[in-house]
Formats: sequence, C-alpha cells, structure tokens
Amino acid sequence: MYFNEMMDNGQVREPYAMLSDWLATMPAEIRQMKQAEAESLFRRIGITFAVYGEGGDPDRLIPFDMMPRVFLQSEWRKLERGIKQRARALNAFLRDVYGRGEILRAGRIPAHLVYQNEAYEKSVVGFVPPRGVYSHIVGIDIVRTGRDEFHVLEDNCRTPSGVSYMLENREIMMRMFPALFRNNRIEPVDRYPELLRRTLASVAPAKCEGAPTVVILTPGHFNSAYYEHSFLANLMGVELVEGSDLFVDNGFVYMRTTQGPKRVDVIYRRIDDAFLDPLCFRRDSMLGVPGLMDVYRSGGVSIASAPGAGVADDKAIYTFVPEMVRFYLGEEPLLQNVQTWTLWNDDDYRYVMDNLADLVVKEVHGSGGYGMLVGPRATRAEINEFAERIKANPHNYIAQPTLALSTCPTFVDEGVAPRHVDLRPYCLCGDRIELVPGGLTRVALREGSLVVNSSQGGGVKDTWVLSE
Amino acid sequence: MLSRTAANLFWMGRHLERAETAARLLDVGARITLLPNTPEGYRNEWESLLRASGASTAFAQHYGDQINQENIEHWLFFNHDNPSSVASCIEKAREGGRIVRTALTSQVWDALNTGYQELRELEKRPRDQLDTAMLTDFTTRHGATVRGAMTATQLRNDGWHFMNLGYSLERADATARLLDVKYFVLLPRVEFIGSGLDNYQWQVILRALSAHRAFQWVYGVDVTAAKVAEFLILNGESPRSLLTSLYEAVWHLDGLVRRYGETAPTTAANHARQTLDALVARDIDAIFDEGLHEFLSWFIGEIAAISDAAHEDYLSGRM
Repeated sequence: MYFNEMMDNGQVREPYAMLSDWLATMPAEIRQMKQAEAESLFRRIGITFAVYGEGGDPDRLIPFDMMPRVFLQSEWRKLERGIKQRARALNAFLRDVYGRGEILRAGRIPAHLVYQNEAYEKSVVGFVPPRGVYSHIVGIDIVRTGRDEFHVLEDNCRTPSGVSYMLENREIMMRMFPALFRNNRIEPVDRYPELLRRTLASVAPAKCEGAPTVVILTPGHFNSAYYEHSFLANLMGVELVEGSDLFVDNGFVYMRTTQGPKRVDVIYRRIDDAFLDPLCFRRDSMLGVPGLMDVYRSGGVSIASAPGAGVADDKAIYTFVPEMVRFYLGEEPLLQNVQTWTLWNDDDYRYVMDNLADLVVKEVHGSGGYGMLVGPRATRAEINEFAERIKANPHNYIAQPTLALSTCPTFVDEGVAPRHVDLRPYCLCGDRIELVPGGLTRVALREGSLVVNSSQGGGVKDTWVLSE
Repeated sequence: MLSRTAANLFWMGRHLERAETAARLLDVGARITLLPNTPEGYRNEWESLLRASGASTAFAQHYGDQINQENIEHWLFFNHDNPSSVASCIEKAREGGRIVRTALTSQVWDALNTGYQELRELEKRPRDQLDTAMLTDFTTRHGATVRGAMTATQLRNDGWHFMNLGYSLERADATARLLDVKYFVLLPRVEFIGSGLDNYQWQVILRALSAHRAFQWVYGVDVTAAKVAEFLILNGESPRSLLTSLYEAVWHLDGLVRRYGETAPTTAANHARQTLDALVARDIDAIFDEGLHEFLSWFIGEIAAISDAAHEDYLSGRM
C-alpha cells in the first residue's frame, strides 16, 4: 500500500485542502487549455532537455504536471533539519578522507571503499579547500513512504541538476494560476540564485583580492543541462564560461574578455572531474583548462564542488552516511537511509541473489535510472541476465527493497490519478548551510512506474511549502 | 564581457541581417515575375539574384541549370546547405542566441526562439501552401520583432554595441553587394544605360532594399542611376545606405572605445573612421568617375578589414 500524499483514510490531508476544491471545480477543457499554455511557455522560454544518445528532438520538453506537491511548514522543518545534518556530515567525511582518514582508522567504514574508489581523487589529498567545504551544492533525493517516514535514496555531491526546474515550475505556476498563490501562503523559492551566489562567493580563495569573481563552467551548449547553466548564470549575474574561455597564467586563472584577461576566483563547474584539466586528468579533454588543478592546489582559485567530492555520493559509501552523522556530528541521523544490501558482503550477496525478484539492484556508479534492475517489474529472463552480470562483478552492485514511494495526484489523460513521486531539495554549503523551502518533485508518469528520472520518461511538479 | 559572448552577439546581428537580405532578394524575384516579360525571359533576373547572394556555383551543384522560381525560393529560404538562406541564418542566429542567453533579455530570446520555432513549423508545411510574399513577410516580421525587443529591452552596454556592430557591418556589405550586382549582372550591355529597362532595374534594387517609397519622398518619382546610387551610398537619411550603415558601425566602435577606456585597442574604430572620412569626401559624380564597381569593391574590402580588426581587438580573446 502506498502512502497517498493527498488522501489518507478517505480524508483529504491538511496540506492539500485548498487544492482539493481547485481540482474539483476545474473543468476538463480548462485543464487542457492550461496544459497547452504551460507547454508553450516552457517551449518559448526554451526550457528543454536533450537526452544523450537517443536521437530524436533535441528540444524535448520535460513533461510538467500542473498539480503541485505540498508540504506543511512542520513537515518541511523536519526535512530541512535532516538535510542540513546530512550535508554537514558528507562534507566532514570528505574533509576527513582527504586528510587523516579518522573514520577509516576507527573502522567505521572499510578503507578500501574509499581509497580504491574511482571517485577518490589522490591529487587533492592534503589540500583543504576554503572553509573546508568540498560539496557546495548537495542534492539529496528523498522519498516518502508514510506520514512521518522519509528516506534518503541518494546523495548528489558533485553537480546535482534540476534546480532550474524548481524555479521555472514555480514561475509558470504563478503565471497560470495566480489565484492559487493569492489565496494560499506558499513560501517563495526565488532566493535560490542569490543564496547560491553568496555561497560561492563565501568560498573564495585566500589569494582573492576584492569582491570575488564567480563563473559557471559549462561543457557547452550541446550539453543536455545547458539551459540550466545559462539560467543560473543569468540569475546570479555571473559569466557562463567554457573551458576555452579560461586560461592559466602565473598561478591564477583568467577568462578571455573583450577588455583583456580578467582573473577568476570561484568556478562553479558543471563538468566532471575527469574533464577539468587535461594536464591532470583525461588528456583528450577539450572541455577543461590546462593547468587548472595546479592553480587550485596552490589556492589561486576555488572549484565548486571540489574535485574528488564524488567519493561521498558513491552508492557504496551511501550505506555509511548515518554512520558519518554519528561519527562526525555526534548526533543521531534525522533522515533514514533505505535498507541496502551490498553485494560484496557474502551474507548480503546470498540474500540478494535469492530474492532478486523482490529487489531493486543498482550499479554503484550508475546514474539516471540506467544500469538497474527493478525486480518486481522485470521478466524472468531479465532477472537471469542481470544475475549473470552481478556474478561477474558483485562489487559493482547494491540492492534495496522496492520502496513504497508515496503517490501524489497527477494530471493524466483520463483525469487525475495517483503517481509516484520523489523530491530533490538543494542544500547550499559555504560559510553557512542553507536551503530554500522547496525542491524539485519528480513524478513517474507511467501508471505503477517507480522510475522518476527525466531520462526515463518522468515529469516534474512544482513543490510547495505552506507558511504557518 | 567574455570574448566568446561578444563574438556570438556580433554574429547573431550579422545573421539576422543576412536572413533579411535573403528574404529581400526573394521578394525582388517574385516582383519580377509579376511584370511583363523581358526579351530574355525571367531567367536573367533570377540568375542575377543568385549572383547577388554570391551563390551561383553552389546553386548549380544542387539544382543544375534549373533556375526557376521554385528552386530559387527553396534555395534562398529553406535550403540548409545554403549558409545564407533564411533558414540557415535564423537557425544560426538562434543558436548563437542560445549560447549567449545570459547576455540577452528574455524578450529578445523569446522573439528569437519564437521565430525559430515558427520556421520549423513552416518547414513542415507543403510548399504549395506557401507563397513568396508570406515567406518574406515572415522573415521581415520576425526580424522586426527581434530588433524591436532589442531596442526596447537590452542594456546599452558593450553587448549592445557588438550586436549592432554586426548588424551595421552586414547591412553595409549587403547594400554594396546589391548595388554591384546591378551594374555587373543585371545590365551587362552598355547600350541599355538610361533606357527604360535600366530604370526599371534600379527600381528593383530599391525594392530589394525596401527603399522605393523612401526614395520617392527624397527624390520624387524620377528614378535615375545617379539618384538611386546617391540614395543608397551617400544619403545619411537612407536607413540602409553605405553612409548610414558605416556611420552606425563607427558609432558603436567609438562606444566600445569610450566604454573600455584608454587601454583598449582602437584599430577597428580608427579604420572605420578613416573609411567613413574617405566615403564622405566623395560625391556621386566622383564615384561614377572612379567606376561604381571599383568603388564598391574598395568599400566591401574596407568593411571586411573593419570586421577583422574588431575580431582582433575584442573578439579573439587576446591573452
């Protein structure tokens, strides 16, 4: 049985009270008209999402669902505390494993999981970034399974995407349904760009003189998230640069401008570690900046998130995040993990192999809903095939129970029906730890589907936090 | 401003102006077919349009010797292998705009993107449902919407200067090339000069530049080669004249120099001003004495040199 965000025991839950009337009184033709209006707004604004390697329309829209997902202030406060706690622990972990490795010495996390991890970046061992922050934007994927039950599905410590949808979904909802906003007290999310800029400026390197120059580094306009990169640069009032716009000279990074070179202090990079610096990482990368890592390690520039931050959001490390909270903060975790079996553990391996049909199995390094098995929805043949892949390399997999993801009413062809949702709030870590009240709600539009990724046909919703 | 951003803005302006040039050529062709046939048939005029767009060879590769309205229309408007077609230019302008979203207001982006989306819809429609007037209207209307959004909403900053520098240099180049075509393609035989056909062809040039009405306001109804040439070269009120276009280019380059201060390079601004001085020093008789074609070749070369200098000064990202 799934928790229904709107209906509980036949009663409309409090946060959805006003939406219930709105839904009941909206004629189908108005709904269709508004849906068309929303799509044309998205297309006009140019919020599109290209999926790699699938061909088709490069200007594909992510389906937008007009039915918002709503939290009470009290619900949100609890989530917020849990998210901040988790973000603090993840950063403490990164500081530790690139330093003395206390948590490994204490035997709380097996050292090989860290030191032999592909995302562990040896070239930054011993270097502490400004304010000790490694992951400046932590995107934590959360699912709800009951009235008071929230579980963290995944941590994203590198470059979590989707925040532009959080902001644009809100803009479009306000434009289409102003009355909903006039009649309800919905916490605004529009401070996000300002907070992000402040956060990035707060981690400027010590060698920075005067007001820090912040830039966003994008792989370029062919990248599927390019819209988001330019959107954020625009709202923050910073330059959106490509690798070729930057160069290194005499211990600093500069950008090529119409007025000659201009020094850059903080780089919010939206490219992977491997592409940052062809002298340090992949030599064939055209996206990065030769010599960037030397400047970084000598304190001439800050990079957000820090190279190597990915070791904290690895699915193998995920199982230990509650342990990090206890170890570094001396607190009990406020947000629970999903029960997870690690296939390199013999007992777990046996259990998982015996119960594949009931479990979700994920690649440790996979993302975007690729490389996973959803047992209850898979055929016998698919399960057998996946079992062979696991046998070949058990270290590469973890397994979780199929979660009873909550559902939220969603507009579908036949009218309104419950569909599974998750939530990605964006936690900002600089001199302070902050997040705006809201996040990106992703919704699985296919009936019964538990996969909400946009690359797998998921859609998005506006996420409301009601004020007291 | 990032050099790459400035370069994209500059080229966005050039491509938008170039799209309009292609549409104007199309319009001229369509007008020719509405008039009584010339002794050689329409083919000569259609061919001259191809020369004006500098594309005779590329056209021949696609369509062989099938120089007719349908093929020319396809070539000038829809063909993506023609880098100067309306479709190519709008697509490139929109792509450039997408790359520099951070330097455009939402209204400008909206106008640019709407034009592009509608173009994609147009491309899907059966050709026999599209008449030429509709295609030229489409292009000039979207061009005007984008320009209007720029004028109304963009900051008058360096980005503004780069966009408009692109527009003005492209316009100077297009007007010069059209004039050149009149002399060397439309009317190859010297005995036609001053004839009715000659004057008619001058009117076609005026129409191509949407300037026939403006010309009449300034010079009356009597169309002569000297008047048209003067209007399109030296008249500072004529919006597409070489003088006006170059003056605007100078104005935007000077704006950049003022804005960037004494340390900024001024090669492009100096070159543009020298060219402007040289232009102003001529009158139309001197230009005809010199030879219109020789004069226009000089001018087109100067515009290219100014464009190169602007690249060197601001757009190349010197280190």
